[in-house]
Amino acid sequence: MQPANLLLLTIVLAMVAYGLGYARSRALAAPLGGVRHLKSLPGYYGVRAAVWCGLPALIILALWAVFEGKVIQMMVIGSLPADVVPDSAGEASLLMSRIQNVANGSLPPAMVDGPVAGAADLLKSLQAQSRTYMTGLVISVALLAGFLGWIRIRPRLNARKQVEAVLRGFFFTCAGVAILTTAGIVFSVAFETFRFFERVPFLEFFFGTSWSPQTALRTDQVAAEGAFGMVPLFTGTLLISAIALLVAVPVGLLSAIYLSEYANKHVRSVAKPLLEMLAGIPTVVYGFFAALTVAPFIADLAPAIGLEASSQSALAAGLVMGIMIIPFVSSLSDDVINAVPQTMRDGSLALGATQSETMVKVIFPAALPGIMGGILLAASRAIGETMIVVMAAGLAANLTANPLETVTTVTVQIVTLLTGDQEFDSAKTLAAFALGAMLFLSTLLLNVVALKIVRKYREQYD
Amino acid sequence: MTDQTQQAERVRRSLKRRYRKESRFRAYGMLAIAIALGALAVLFADIIGKGYAGFLKTTITLEVDLDPEVMYLDDPTDPKQVRMADFVAPLVAAADDALPGATEEDQDALRRLINPYASTELRAALEQNPEWMGTTRTMTFLAHSNVDVYVKHEDDAAYSIKLSEQQQAWVDDLVERGLVDTSFNDVFFTNGDSRDPAKAGVLGAIVGSLLTMIITLLLSFPIGVAAAIYLEEFAPRNKITDFIEVNINNLAAVPSIIFGLLGLAVFINLFGMPRSVPFVGGLVLTLMTLPTIIISSRAAIQSVPPSIREAAEGVGASKMQVVLHHVLPLALPGMMTGSIIGMAQALGETAPLLLIGMVAFIVDPPTGFFDASTVLPVQVFLWAGSPELAFIERASAAIMVLLAFLMSMNALAIWLRKRLERRW
Repeated sequence: MQPANLLLLTIVLAMVAYGLGYARSRALAAPLGGVRHLKSLPGYYGVRAAVWCGLPALIILALWAVFEGKVIQMMVIGSLPADVVPDSAGEASLLMSRIQNVANGSLPPAMVDGPVAGAADLLKSLQAQSRTYMTGLVISVALLAGFLGWIRIRPRLNARKQVEAVLRGFFFTCAGVAILTTAGIVFSVAFETFRFFERVPFLEFFFGTSWSPQTALRTDQVAAEGAFGMVPLFTGTLLISAIALLVAVPVGLLSAIYLSEYANKHVRSVAKPLLEMLAGIPTVVYGFFAALTVAPFIADLAPAIGLEASSQSALAAGLVMGIMIIPFVSSLSDDVINAVPQTMRDGSLALGATQSETMVKVIFPAALPGIMGGILLAASRAIGETMIVVMAAGLAANLTANPLETVTTVTVQIVTLLTGDQEFDSAKTLAAFALGAMLFLSTLLLNVVALKIVRKYREQYD
Repeated sequence: MTDQTQQAERVRRSLKRRYRKESRFRAYGMLAIAIALGALAVLFADIIGKGYAGFLKTTITLEVDLDPEVMYLDDPTDPKQVRMADFVAPLVAAADDALPGATEEDQDALRRLINPYASTELRAALEQNPEWMGTTRTMTFLAHSNVDVYVKHEDDAAYSIKLSEQQQAWVDDLVERGLVDTSFNDVFFTNGDSRDPAKAGVLGAIVGSLLTMIITLLLSFPIGVAAAIYLEEFAPRNKITDFIEVNINNLAAVPSIIFGLLGLAVFINLFGMPRSVPFVGGLVLTLMTLPTIIISSRAAIQSVPPSIREAAEGVGASKMQVVLHHVLPLALPGMMTGSIIGMAQALGETAPLLLIGMVAFIVDPPTGFFDASTVLPVQVFLWAGSPELAFIERASAAIMVLLAFLMSMNALAIWLRKRLERRW
């Protein structure tokens, strides 16, 4: 049976168990003189029976569905004769997809070697077997556990407590998904990063100034696949982010100041949602705008003032990214400016300071830590932004500070290295994970610092 | 005494300068807002200006002489004959007839006025109506994409470079005689992707987005709400709870592409799930949107006043009953608002989906959660990377479709908040 059908069947069984549990509790209560002699309401007995029936079966089903493919693959590869056993993970996945193609009929068995055709037969029979076992196991567990849960219903049993404990456990598990996600991120990037450093020396990655993962530069190199120096990528990322912040910080900050101190209610109620709209536009739209409108515009404009701009200049990507992060800066600054106590404003104005003097000399210094936190969050956004740079920045890793030239960024390289055909074992693919690890660490650091600053500052005035 | 008057005099003299400074500061603020809103306006104007033409298609109406001699075809119901038959020749002949000035050598140029898929359409029409053989019929075909952009942008020289002078003259002639027509581009909404811009549509991408969003919603809403309930109502103040909270706050700020790496390494390589499918896309987007949903759901729970809880507890409800019967229903509108905003984010997300292979070229709309597919923003990305102007036009049009979806989702969220959310 297909896992989806089996899932439906299990749910139906659990519903039946609910009905049976409900009926049994009522039947047991009848001789005692009615439902009020039960420890819990009949519905809870029903739910308890349904949980007994459904929960173990669903857990088995989920685990089976997740690990089925991997286990079968290992068994199939293990069955191959020694001379065709692949020696790398890349070859293994290639071989496996051949075997799968034979098994599902898209590749005629005559086109492949004997062992592969044999493996395809094995794969087919294993898959069929696995389905049978899974169906049998899930259904029998559901029936058996459901029966146990049903037979053990007693009037003295506190079904509500048990059901609530299960629900609580479910809530806790859901909250734990956040931890699992973080752990998943850390393990997935850390594991591949370690493998990357087995091939490419640590120092070359951190201090190498040339990045060209496609071509072999030195034949004596261990990986012999190119140069993996991330310095040009990080300077490129920093250059584009710096341009973005140069746009976003003044514009965002001044808008926030104007909206919170000067604007009347009408202007505020129109301008604020419009500003926030900038944050809701998908990044691919900004990328389109940067690549097809802003970049050609800059490339056309630059010669007019005697400069030469590349058609994929860092300036275009940076400017558009700056527009994108304006709302991050403005809404966070707005919050902290509003959090400065009104008494400080009143005091300053009473002494005869103008509104702008109050703003610059009193409120701004008081709000500065919070604003810094907001800027750091915006910076982490800019560093991790992908689509704008993928579409508008180039692929060439230039070590330059000239915003009119093409630079590439960490995120662009991750996307380029991981889209299209890939072998999972090459230094090229692993490099993407190493870059991902660096990106994760640097944004994490920025976020932690920023959140700390923001929180510390908030406590001051609360 | 003189000191004070002197000081007052100094203040008075400086006033003018200070007021000037004040108004300058004010002007900076207005300028900043003008820049931000101006950028928004330019962005929208640019997308609409580039994309409105994507909603138009160009068709050519021709008198097609279905001559068995020319087509090497007597019986359109015989598959063997159909395979060998020439469906292009009658089209070229029809174009030749429509343009009296054309000569024998112009065959190629003539052929490139009509959409390359027109012959396939002709074949399908004949297979359905075999009795048409030997007659002359008036038929309407999509124009070639080069003709399409040329007709739609007559005043812009950039769009005519792919047509020769002669072809331009022909098209002008046909337009004048009303044989070339532009109308609403229904193809754009009923087709999947195609190598030919005139035949390319967003239906496949919309269905892919829909399937991905279904998975995301089904997983992220219950999990997010359950996690929020746990953290707000049940979590003891201990290290584990603190750790969960730190994790959620950090995940909310992790770049989206990192979630793509997670999906690639864990779901695809470790669990052996297939690439390019909406199911895995939905899983990745679930992990990405969870922090948003958890944070907004917690805010919704916090806004339920304690008096409700106390009243329920007062009549003997258990903690779980208080939460499920009273707090949750009251907090639900707020939770839904937050979730819709989270879903809107997920719908516009591109980067993580690139890494799990949802960038494939997909012609047929996917039919299930495990069919290779693409999503709207990725379709925009794919078309935007094409050198053909006709595809750029389609990309802008797809952006408009995407923005329309996002705006209606946000409008729904605002409506829900206004309609259902209670202020205590």
